[in-house]
Amino acid sequence: MEFPRRSSPHQTGASGVAAVMRQVLYALVPGTLALAWFQGTGVLVHLAVAILVALGTEALVMRLRRRPVAPALADGSVLVTGWIVALAIPPLAPWWVTASAVFFGVLFGKHLYGGLGYNPFNPAMVGYVMALIAFPREMTYWFPAAAPGDWPVDAAAAIRAVLLGADEATLDALTGATPLDLVHAGTPPSGVFMLEAGPGWVVAPLLFLAGGLWLMHQRLIDWRIPVAMLGTMAVLAALLWLLPGERPAPLFHLLAGGTLLGAFFVATDPVSAATTVRGRWIYGAGIGALALLIREFGGYPDGVAFAILLMNGAAPFIDYCFRPRRGTG
Amino acid sequence: MSGPLHGFRGGLDLDGRRHTRDQAIRPGPLPRTLVLPLHQHIGEPAEPVVAVGDTVLRGQPVARADNYVCAPVHASSSGTVIAIEDRPVPHPSGLSAPCIVIETDGEDRWAPPLPPIDDPTDTPARVLRARIREAGIVGLGGAAFPTAIKLNPPADTPPDTLIVNGVECDTHLTCDDRLMRERPTEILSGAAIAAGMLGAGRVRVAVESDKPEAAHALERALEDSGLAHGPLAWTIDRIPERYPAGSERQLIENLTGRRVPPDGLPKDVGVITSNVATFAAIHRAVLYGEPLTQRIVTVTGDGVRQPGNLEARIGTPVSELVAHCGGYHPRVAQLVMGGSLMGRSLLDDAVPVIKGTNCLLAATPAELTPSAPAMPCIRCGACAEVCPEALTPQQIYWYTRSRDYTLADDWGVFDCIECGACAWVCPSQIPLVQYFRHAKGAIAEREKEQARAELARRRHEFRQERLEREKQEQAERRRRKKEALKQGKDDRKATINAALARARRKKSAEKED
Repeated sequence: MEFPRRSSPHQTGASGVAAVMRQVLYALVPGTLALAWFQGTGVLVHLAVAILVALGTEALVMRLRRRPVAPALADGSVLVTGWIVALAIPPLAPWWVTASAVFFGVLFGKHLYGGLGYNPFNPAMVGYVMALIAFPREMTYWFPAAAPGDWPVDAAAAIRAVLLGADEATLDALTGATPLDLVHAGTPPSGVFMLEAGPGWVVAPLLFLAGGLWLMHQRLIDWRIPVAMLGTMAVLAALLWLLPGERPAPLFHLLAGGTLLGAFFVATDPVSAATTVRGRWIYGAGIGALALLIREFGGYPDGVAFAILLMNGAAPFIDYCFRPRRGTG
Repeated sequence: MSGPLHGFRGGLDLDGRRHTRDQAIRPGPLPRTLVLPLHQHIGEPAEPVVAVGDTVLRGQPVARADNYVCAPVHASSSGTVIAIEDRPVPHPSGLSAPCIVIETDGEDRWAPPLPPIDDPTDTPARVLRARIREAGIVGLGGAAFPTAIKLNPPADTPPDTLIVNGVECDTHLTCDDRLMRERPTEILSGAAIAAGMLGAGRVRVAVESDKPEAAHALERALEDSGLAHGPLAWTIDRIPERYPAGSERQLIENLTGRRVPPDGLPKDVGVITSNVATFAAIHRAVLYGEPLTQRIVTVTGDGVRQPGNLEARIGTPVSELVAHCGGYHPRVAQLVMGGSLMGRSLLDDAVPVIKGTNCLLAATPAELTPSAPAMPCIRCGACAEVCPEALTPQQIYWYTRSRDYTLADDWGVFDCIECGACAWVCPSQIPLVQYFRHAKGAIAEREKEQARAELARRRHEFRQERLEREKQEQAERRRRKKEALKQGKDDRKATINAALARARRKKSAEKED
């Protein structure tokens, strides 16, 4: 009797890339819902746009590359990219900001480098930073979040604003500085400010933290990267805070902007992160330091996305420096 | 009675799937034909000492070991040699190799045994080693390294510890478990003989914690046999279930905390290890003079009707062993020799059981993970986390894919023990081990190529040197000849001149007269 030839191991225990991506999406859900709760229905509209454009772009590119389309869509990686971009776009920004950011991220950030597994930069961050540079005004359309449901516009108005555009006067009246903008305005928010600003600035990041901890517990992300990133950020922020002058407290930096979302869902993207154990410490610490320096001294309110992209670029060199040598274990 | 454990890095928590653990060892079939490959061990093939038409008895040597790294082969039943030819052997390539084929006569008559050695403690190690070699014993855990060589460590690093490997960490295997439960005394006696030969004072018997009955049986046997009160320090160590705990390097690290260097062997850190079945075979070869003609094979999987543990004759065709276990289930889809993590897939069930065959896994499609199409590597690093050798499989995979074998070598592809833990956890289902085998093969091939090129270069240089030397010698000869000629000319000139001078003198003398 004859049998097929196979290479060992004859059994595997992994659940597959799609399952990993699915877990990441699940972990994003609580934070996303909180964001929608505090920032209005616009968040969900952007999410829908991002998902549609992400899937569409992936399908289009795979067809152009003459590769099978269905498995690429099924692996879920492009959904994660789109989802994260959507979370980074202000809730009242027009839909095409999200659409172009996702399209650009998937095309330039992912497929021009060879698709899944080959991209040196995180595609979501590529798309987001493109939008930040190309549409600086639209990228400030945040609400000064207050109490849940206490939105300046109702759901219908928010959807209309995203899909059809809101008039300038309304936007000027509605949107305001995020706490991070105040760092540059010279009036850094204190702990009291954060509470005054309402729970909206704190709850969503904490839920992203919870999702991240769950991924860590499932061993789907490496704990070293967020620990190194947040630790470095906290230490540097504490040093600056202790110096004379008006600086925000370390806790503010950890909670504000994209810190926690970035630390657990973007910096840990294995494709674009450093892969060696010691390299991951350096990589995470680099993101934490750069993000803080950009926030404190740079021209943009948040620095997490730039910091991640910069360290993405450094990751191959970091891995080269810290590669395990034979026999050293 | 357990010693301290040091653990080892990486590894997997596997479901052992030991469905045959309660199946007592039962005798295997006496097949019509036995196929005995000449090369069942690591090293050089054995040389046949019988001819077609010869009648042989069970235990009679049919092939001898001429080389040092070699083991003789014995007839595993009585009968007639009907062919010495290439037959399919259990090798993943599916290639054939020279085998001695015996048609059995059904009488199963034994050849007279080798003289029993009644008191091994009083026998020189040299004699015991010769016996173990003569009995054809190789490592029965699967790797099949000739045991006599293992028990001949260099004098400069005498081993202090003998490890008896009863871990059996790959899935589906229960042959060692059954052996430990049913014949613990044989194992301990063989281990005592080996420890005595090596001068090792400590014997550690490692048993994975999912085999409590085996550990118990060994402990009882240790007490009952009186070995516990002898000169050797014994421990029965319960090793936590963690694949690949039974792999030699991991086992040594776990038990002793010593790391075998990447290019080294256990003896470099003062340890010798072998599988439990090997020690049982040593016991029988030394005390009863019985050569290795059979071994215990776990026949398992949903693809076989009556799974069990069989004491199979070496050379039994797999098909006959399966037939003896009720035959295949119609849904059988794959045949593997060994466990599901490290076993080799067999192309054909005509191949024989060899000394290293510990398990035959006849699997249905539902039982083994079908090879899903591999996805791109997302560099998640899960492979590096589980690698017990602290390698970075994803990098080696990357370099192998881009045919950058030098870098694959730099990143330690040759340290890969092919345990398959990386492939097990890979979310992209990349057959990593297959890539590493390919890289090893390619590097070995390239090195051979380089050696050939080097030889050709040296030959060329030697030829150039010879030509140059010949040219010089020729020039030298020519110069000498010229000189000689010149010398001759000069001589002639001198003679003429002398003659002329004489003539002149004569003339002037005549004038004077």
